[in-house]
Parts: sequence; C-alpha cells; structure tokens
Amino acid sequence: MTPVLELRGITKRFPGVVANDHIDLKLEAGEIHALLGENGAGKTTLMNILYGLYSPDEGEIIVKGKRLVPKSPSDAIAAGIGMVHQHFMLVPVFTVTENVMLGDEYVTKGGLLDRKRAAARIREISDKYNLFVDPDAYIKDTPVGIQQRVEIIKLLFREADILIMDEPTAVLTPQEANELFKIMGNLSKMGKSIIFITHKLREVLEFSDRITVIRGGKVVGTTTPAEANQNLLASMMVGRDIELDVNKKPAHAGEKVLEVSGLTVADAHNHLIVKGVSFDVCAGEILGIAGVQGNGQTELVRAITGLMHPVDGKISILGQDTTRAAPKEIIELGTAHIPEDRQKDGLVLPYPIMDNLVLNTFYKSPFARGAMMQEQPIRENANQLVERFDIRTPSIETPVGSLSGGNQQKVIVAREFSRPIKFLVASQPTRGLDVGSIEYIHNRLIEKRDDGCAVLLVSTELDEIMQLSDRIAVIFGGKIIKILPAKGTTKEEIGLLMAGVDTETQTPVSQPVPVG
Amino acid sequence: MTTTTAAPTRIKEVGYISPRRQRVMGIVFLALATMIWVFFSRTTTGQMVTTFVMSPGGADPTPDLIFNTLPFLNVLATISAVIGAYQLVRGFHGKTNTMLGILAGFFVIAFLAWGAADKSLNLAGLLKVAVVRAVPLTLGALSGILCERSGIINIGIEGMLLAAAFTSTVAASLSNLWVGLIVAILTGALFGWVLAVFSIRYKVNQIISGTVINIFATGMTSFLSAKFLQKYQNLNSPGQFPTWEIPGLSKIPFFGPILFSHNLFVYGMFILLIVLTIVLFHTRWGLRLRSAGEHPKAADTLGINVNRTRYIATILGGMIAGFGGAYFTLGSVGRFDEVMTAGRGFIGLAAMIFGNWMPTGALGAGLLFGLADSLAGKLTILRIPIPPKFLEMAPYIVTMIVLAGVVGHTSPPAAEGTPYEKE
Repeated sequence: MTPVLELRGITKRFPGVVANDHIDLKLEAGEIHALLGENGAGKTTLMNILYGLYSPDEGEIIVKGKRLVPKSPSDAIAAGIGMVHQHFMLVPVFTVTENVMLGDEYVTKGGLLDRKRAAARIREISDKYNLFVDPDAYIKDTPVGIQQRVEIIKLLFREADILIMDEPTAVLTPQEANELFKIMGNLSKMGKSIIFITHKLREVLEFSDRITVIRGGKVVGTTTPAEANQNLLASMMVGRDIELDVNKKPAHAGEKVLEVSGLTVADAHNHLIVKGVSFDVCAGEILGIAGVQGNGQTELVRAITGLMHPVDGKISILGQDTTRAAPKEIIELGTAHIPEDRQKDGLVLPYPIMDNLVLNTFYKSPFARGAMMQEQPIRENANQLVERFDIRTPSIETPVGSLSGGNQQKVIVAREFSRPIKFLVASQPTRGLDVGSIEYIHNRLIEKRDDGCAVLLVSTELDEIMQLSDRIAVIFGGKIIKILPAKGTTKEEIGLLMAGVDTETQTPVSQPVPVG
Repeated sequence: MTTTTAAPTRIKEVGYISPRRQRVMGIVFLALATMIWVFFSRTTTGQMVTTFVMSPGGADPTPDLIFNTLPFLNVLATISAVIGAYQLVRGFHGKTNTMLGILAGFFVIAFLAWGAADKSLNLAGLLKVAVVRAVPLTLGALSGILCERSGIINIGIEGMLLAAAFTSTVAASLSNLWVGLIVAILTGALFGWVLAVFSIRYKVNQIISGTVINIFATGMTSFLSAKFLQKYQNLNSPGQFPTWEIPGLSKIPFFGPILFSHNLFVYGMFILLIVLTIVLFHTRWGLRLRSAGEHPKAADTLGINVNRTRYIATILGGMIAGFGGAYFTLGSVGRFDEVMTAGRGFIGLAAMIFGNWMPTGALGAGLLFGLADSLAGKLTILRIPIPPKFLEMAPYIVTMIVLAGVVGHTSPPAAEGTPYEKE
C-alpha cells in the first residue's frame, strides 16, 4: 500500500541553522502519526513546508503518489492537506460559519454570502463527527476546546484528508484533551490521516499509531507505542538521559509570606476576572495554581505583583499591606517575579543581556552611583550570572531578543534569583521551553523552596503543577474552587476541578455565561 | 457528565458596566436636565412662542410648527431628570449610550426652542445644511473604514481630500465637471496607492506615511494654487454640479426637501453607504477584507493574499476620499482655496471611530458633526448671545470626548496598523 503522504529528504536552511536536515517521513492512510521533538527541533518548520508556508531548499513531497510543490497554503489545501495551528487561526469577531467558510465561501446566485447553506454544512459535519459546534456562535464567546473543533471543521469543510495538528493539547484541560483524542480516533476510523505534533510523551504513547522523533532537524527514529516507553522517547528527543521525575524532599512550611483575601480584579473592559479569591503561601512551600488558561491567573498574578490594582480585597506580603503598592515597593520587599510573557513583561528585548540582568537593581549600589550607571559592576555581575546560570550566549552584550526561549528564561531566572528573595511568583515558568531547560528551571524552583522561599507557581501544565507543588489551588472562572494537598490527589481529580466540576458532588461549580 | 462538551473556560459578566461609570453617566444626565431648566426654562417667560419653519424655502407646503416655549422646555427638563434619576439608581446598563444620545438630542432641541423663542427658526433649512455638511465627513469616514477594515490606518484622508479638491478644480476648469470628478477620484486612488506602497511594501509606520501625505498635499496644493490659480483665474473656475430634485421623493413633506433635493455628492454618499455596507458584510470580498484587518495570518493560511487585499482596499478607500475631495470644489463653492478642507478629513476619522468602524455609524456621526456645523451658522441669525465660534468648536469637543472613551469602548480592527509579514 502506498502511503498517502511521503516526505523525502526535506531540507530547509535558515541563516545560521539547518532547521530540517534530510527528513524522511511516511504517513499511511488512516493512521495517527505522532511527530515528537523538542521546541526548536524543526517540527513546525517541517509542517510549514508541507503546508506551503515555507519552501524547502531540497527534497520532495509526494501526496497520494503525486509530487506536490506547495507554493502557498492554497496548494496544500487543494491537495487535501489541512493544518490546525498551535495558535488558532480564527477571527474572534467572526462567527463560526464565517471563520469556516473564509477563503472557500458559499455564495448565492446574487453573489452574496450564503451563510445559511454554509451553516447547514457545518452542522452536518459537526453531527457526523460528534463535534457539538454551533455555527452561529461568535468565536470570541467560544471556549478554547470548541475553537479547536472549529479549526478541525475548517479542514473537513475543505474535504482535507491529511490533517496536521500542531501541539493540539497545549491549551486544553486534560478532559478536553481526552475529548480531542476521541475525535481524532473517530477521524482516523473514517479514513482521515493525522500528523500530530507534540512534545508530550504521555499523549504520544497513549494515542498514536506510530511515532517519529526528530532532534536538531534530523529524524532520530520511528517507533510504535508498543515498542517505546517514556524514558526511551525522552532520551531520543534530548539526546541524553533525562530525569523525568523531580526529586524533592518534603516541604517545611514556615510563616505565612503571602496572604490574599477576597481579591477581586477587573480587566480594562471592567469585566470581573478574579472574583473574591483568598489563599496564602508559606515560607518553604510551593503553592501551585492549576487551571486552564484564561481563568483569571494572569490578572491574579498581575494584582499580586502590583502591575494591576484590584477592585476589592486585600493582599499582604510579609505582613505588609501591598494591595495598592507599586511594583517597585513589592520588589523591594523581596519578591521575585517570573512573568507569564517573558518577552513582553520580563525582558527588554533590544537591550543587551548585561542590562537585562540588572533591570530591577540598576538604581542600587554597586550598579549606580547617584544618577550614573556603573558599567564595570554591571559587566562583572553579568559575567558571573551567565556562568552560574549557564546562559548560552555569544557575549553579555548580545541583545536578549536574539537568544533562544530557554536562554531568555534563564536570564530572567538569573536576575530574579541572584537577589536575596523571600517570595517568588513564577507564572508559566517553562512555557515553550525544551525538556532540558524545563528540568533546569524545575530544579531551581525546588532549590528556592528548600532555601525557605515562598513560591507561588502558576501553570497550565498539570504535570508541572503535580510534580512541583506542595499544595494545589484550582482556579476556574476567576474563583479558587479548592485547595488540596498535592500528596494523595490524583490528576483526574484536579482535571475535573479545572473544568469546573466539583469532584464530590459531580456537578458544575458554576454556570459560566458567555458575553454577548 | 463527561460525555457532554467541556465547560466554557472564558467567563465574563454579562453586560457588566462598572458602578462608577453608571454613576458618572447618571450625574451627566442630571446635569443635562438641570442645564435645560436653568439656562432655558428659567430665562423664558410664559407668553413666549417658538416658531419652527418646516420647509427649507421654496414651494414646500409643510406648515410651520408653533408652540409655547416654556411648557415644552419644562417637559423636556422633567423627562431628562427622570431618566437621569433612573440611571443613577438602577442604571440602563447596555442601553446607557442610547439614552445618552437621546438626552443629547433633547438638549439640542431645547436649545433650539429656547433660541427661537418669540422668533422663528428654519428647522428644515438647518437640517438640510446639516446633511450637506455631513458629506465630506461621512465620505472621509467611509474611506477610512475601507482602509482600516483591511488593516491599514489611513490618517492621510485630509491630504487626499485636499489634493483631489485641487486636481478636480483644474481638470474641471479645463474641460468639464465630469472629467473633474473622474480626475478627483483618480487622484484619491493615486494617494491611496502611495499610502499602500509605504505601508505594505516598505512597512513604514502607517501614522507617519499618512502624515506625510497630509503635509505633502497641503504644501503642494498651496504652492500650485499660489503660483498658478491666482494668476490664471480661468484655471480656478470649475463650476458646480447642479441640484437634482429626485422626482416624487423630494415632494415628501418635511423630509423630501431635506434629503432629496441635493447635488450628486449627497446622493453619492448615500449610495456609497449602502454599497459599502453590503460589500463589507455580505460578500466574499468583504469577508476576506475584514479577515485581513482582524487576523491576517488566519487569512493567509486559508490562501487569501493579505497584502493584495490591503492594496485594493487602500486604493478604493483613496478613491472614496477623492470623491469627497471633489465635493469641496465641484459640489460646494465652485473654486479652490488654499487648505480649504480645514481639518474635515480628521473629523471624518473621528466620525469613523465614533461610528465604531461601521458605515451606518459613520453616517450618524457625520450627521451629528454636520448638525453642529450648521447650527453654528444659524446662531448669528437668531442673535443668540453665544459666540458662533463657540458652537463651531462643538464638533471638535464632541470628537475629543468620544475619542477619550466617554461613550464606551470602540472596537477597531484587531490588526490595523501592523504590516503583515510571513515568517
């Protein structure tokens, strides 16, 4: 049997890097083929080549026995290839129907858009594959899990039979992810072939038919879930043995460092995002906030770090009221912040590494004398930290924006951890990092905890929360639903809470209403 | 439970309006009511009678509207106060802006009734002039909508209007009005193309490229006008498009003469409004255009050529501005004067924002600004002791208030102002 899709010797060079180096890949009809690799291994580049967004320097693509040279996504679409991007390609102010038919519109005889006919087709597809999508809903009111199904419908609407899914579970709750895998299973049963890009080992082992691992732009090997296990796949991905489990000693919780009570935060549009949240974090423990993205974590962290003023409630750090304090006052109390968006809130990208390393201490001795910056101490500080935190960079004058994501994160960690701190807020500390960097950051967090620092960890990666936290608070719809000890709590329990279902009563905690 | 769809994860309060905004608006409403009472009712005596002339002159037989001023003002003040009190206590929530509009309307009517006490005010004439004055503003706004919906900020509308006003004058003086009109539209297209090349090809900051167009057009037309039009007056006598009465429709009492007895530009504005609404929201091309302005990458992944869409939209937007520019000369005064657009292009932009990037909204805003403009002219006639310059400032003040967000949040196209680059 000929494969539906075959990649032969695909090579793509960018200035200074070979993103794809003679990659071969075969996709059989009706299979779910996992493409596993770290960030920066070249998975996304490869798929963008297949989808016509990049053109390869060498190699060829063969679809159903015919050679394809996709010059634009239209060519790929015409050949039956569809892609669900990691960041959804949906227009928030359009309806589901408008998004799905965009680029392939149904029109009436008079030349006007035929929304009715398109909606009917979408309903038909939705029913056939059990997707439960309302064609008339606006994307901005639609939950992420459903948005992803809209993306899938977009492909089915165009009769694609090769589906590429780029990191499809990154934004989903464990339950939503399971739903997605069910849908993927259905699709493959009905003859669709799926390439599924990920770096999550568990998903690969549970849900794929075959696995291809790539590292540094090259195919390391192809295997099946039956032959592989997590440790084997991890070492294939990274190229060395990886300790997947975090070793940590039991916590010795001390005094309360952060106390939050009745905290309510509104966004710029005056929508209440955080609704009366209360919790505290003690010295020497990690409190993990688990929740699907967009449930108020961002605003909660911004309020605690002084970047946003709450509408109501009280925050105190080390016994001092910081409810309406400026970020600088909060920093000077001994608070460190690893922000969610490192490029926007954590670093000044065009500045050199050495200046980024003193962003919150530059006005103090020895880095400043009066109004003048002291270059020598700043350089010495940078040289020390680059070595101690293993920041891979050509020099300390390199603009931080040109470093890889992992190294950018290390710059932030180095800056925050090199001060004497008593309280650490880490928001999505490993987002977008490779396995090696994740391991590194996790170990540093545990170290800080063991030093007696209070750590507030916010993450949408449930695995990370489970591994690191001593206590877990689950946030849903702007409220903390429950705070549980990490020991003895199962992933399923947390997962259900993250979806807003209380484990004891098995009922939804609150009925969320979409905005009109 | 687990078989149903996963629970929605983005939660927001429905129709949430902050208590502070509710109170502020309540106070604003009450202030309007108080002003009607203090400024207008208190200075009116019981015998005063207001006369509104309901035909703009000519053969229209609509009879005048005559009523007692004081009771009328008192009723308006009372209704406004009740609305204000309700807003303060309970709040109109989602309808707050609508109520604000209604109360502002009450205030204007009260002002007119007071100003025309024991005199007569030509209401129909006032509205007719308002419609005319709205033309350049609305056309400017429509031009902006077309560009910005595709993702290109067009701050160069002022310059496009001015340049087209100039070229149309010269062209029409040399041949005829229709050639002048076509040249105006082509001038707009040229400037739109320049803006597009700057913004798309060279990725120049779009505010800068628009500003460059404004400065260039101001300088160039002033120079050419001083150099040639002053000397050769025959180059500056294009004539004007005549008024076309629409048979039947112009005979409707009161509204007929206000809406259907104008020249080409007013009808052009209405036609463009309808066409643009249909094209943007009910055709394939419009859907693609809006997707380029909202999420260009999504459009690209579906095989839509984002940059080509933006080129076309910007050039067409320029053509609308060009048409609007011809209004100043061929549709209004019949000659070109230096910097005769006097910031109308910028007010057009404000009208676009006020109208929330919707063609109908732009017309509404254009009419509102036009009314203030028209009212300023009437003040002198009524000998009202408010300097007319004060009222001429009104549209600009309203613009600032609107832009400051008092009316609430507007939603511009998400990707406007950012050049689209493939990775």
